[in-house]
Amino acid sequence: MTSAEFLLWVRGPGLQIAAVIFAFGIILRFFEIYMMGRKKNLSAKRASGTGAGFRTIAKRFLPADSETMRRSTFTIVAGYIFHIGLFVTLFLFVPHIQLFDALTGISWPGLPMPVVDFFTVISMIALLALMWQRLTKPVLRMLSTGHDHLVWTLTFLPFLTGYLAYHHLFVPYTWMLAFHILSVELLMILFPFTKLMHAFTLFVSRWYTGSMAGEKGVKV
Amino acid sequence: MANDKSLIEILKSRGVSRRAFLKFCTTTASMMALPPSMVPAIASALEKARRPSVIWLSFQECTGCTESLTRSHTPTVEGLIFDAISLDYHHTLQAASGDAAEHAREEAMKENYGNYLLVVDGSIPLDNPGYSTIAGISNLDMLRQTAEGAAAIISVGSCAAFGGLPHANPNPTGAASVSDIITDKPIINVPGCPPIPVVITGVFLHYLTLGTIPELDELGRPKAFFGQNIHDRCYRRPFYERGQFAETFDDEGAKAGWCLYKLGCKGPITYNACATMKWNQATSFPIESGHGCLGCSEPDFWDMGGFYTALSEPTLDVQRAVGVAAAVGAAAGLAVGAVNQVKKKRAQSNHETVSVDDFKEEA
Repeated sequence: MTSAEFLLWVRGPGLQIAAVIFAFGIILRFFEIYMMGRKKNLSAKRASGTGAGFRTIAKRFLPADSETMRRSTFTIVAGYIFHIGLFVTLFLFVPHIQLFDALTGISWPGLPMPVVDFFTVISMIALLALMWQRLTKPVLRMLSTGHDHLVWTLTFLPFLTGYLAYHHLFVPYTWMLAFHILSVELLMILFPFTKLMHAFTLFVSRWYTGSMAGEKGVKV
Repeated sequence: MANDKSLIEILKSRGVSRRAFLKFCTTTASMMALPPSMVPAIASALEKARRPSVIWLSFQECTGCTESLTRSHTPTVEGLIFDAISLDYHHTLQAASGDAAEHAREEAMKENYGNYLLVVDGSIPLDNPGYSTIAGISNLDMLRQTAEGAAAIISVGSCAAFGGLPHANPNPTGAASVSDIITDKPIINVPGCPPIPVVITGVFLHYLTLGTIPELDELGRPKAFFGQNIHDRCYRRPFYERGQFAETFDDEGAKAGWCLYKLGCKGPITYNACATMKWNQATSFPIESGHGCLGCSEPDFWDMGGFYTALSEPTLDVQRAVGVAAAVGAAAGLAVGAVNQVKKKRAQSNHETVSVDDFKEEA
């Protein structure tokens, strides 16, 4: 297989397969989760939970209290850096916007390449730091499973291959670009069936937590 | 044609001075990425070089490669070098036709067996030999016959090198490249649609002067000419870095000469000398005249999702597939959810109330 054939495959059939599994999986998981339902709340509501739910979504962007912050500074800071970097590289890199535009018809302005490059590097550093922490802290290490390492690898590879492709390192760009797209396709295929699904369930579960507390009369 | 005159004698007879000749040798050395110390070696090799016999076979092609080479510019030293080789067979350029032409090829093959250079432009149809024949001989047979006694093969143009346009999906003739068929000879791929003339002559010169095959990349292309990425050498690269892109061919960005990535430029995946050596006596190259690179020196460039599709865009329809997948996912989710509901209800109805007394009895 030449690099051109490989690139053509990942941009065509490969992307189709990945997108189909991704869309199928996400929708399946959503229906599965929502149809589980909840037990009927028999107690009388003290207040409406709707507002509390939305306030919780916003509030949880900040660390809950100084004690949590003190105990988990490293995780919170590295986690934030990674997620901001992820947002910038995924949504503000012009070739990516071009892809979203081609798929959805929606376009927005991007950032200059060196800025995106900077965020790519700090995201990778944050991911490596989090993995280092996972491997060196006894408790975290005990709690870690193969699933965690798989998810980390799936997330790290698109950053690494994207960085190497942009800088034309090691192998001709065509190969690296194809590897980059392939790594994203692997991520998309496993996304709905792993912890990565949190990207979609996160806000719903935050809202639920907040609204339940609100209904019980907790000031949120 | 007799091969008695040396190259330098031919050049002299065409009015090329010694100074011009040495200048040309220096340019050639730098063009082929050879150290300056190689200049005298090139000069002496060229001085001694006898006119090598060259057989040029044209198969499924458009003659663009020959046009590129012969009409590219007013006679230059490169052009004269090309004149100076003994082009014993080239059915577009030769005066002879019919049996006489074929006879010339057979003669050249016999006289120079094991030493002649074979140049091929065009792809070879493998589906039905009748798709392309010359003097009643199928392209495949002619290539096999002629390649047998060749010292080396130069595949000129993307069709000969990779299959090119005839190989484009759905490849109706079963077009194949030279290297798909001939595996026991050194093959130099000089792709491009067409290749830069100076690159074609440069490869000839390398072979003439050093008698060796230049260093090749993974696709069999001389690294001296195909080692550079168009995107890396593009004068519009700073606009790419800054995030300034032309959105259409006539917007302000296009007028300001911004990057053509969004308009489908294939520069990032293309390795060729266009951005450095340029075309038409180094006047410009496609990106400079406002059009994105088509990636013509790369395999399958016709199938790269369309000339005006950006590299990061999909090449097939993804939306419809995603729509169907989402619908199937919803149906599957509803089914799984319904099964879960049934399980839950069954568990509730099977639920037996257990009191402390039951345990006491058991104990």
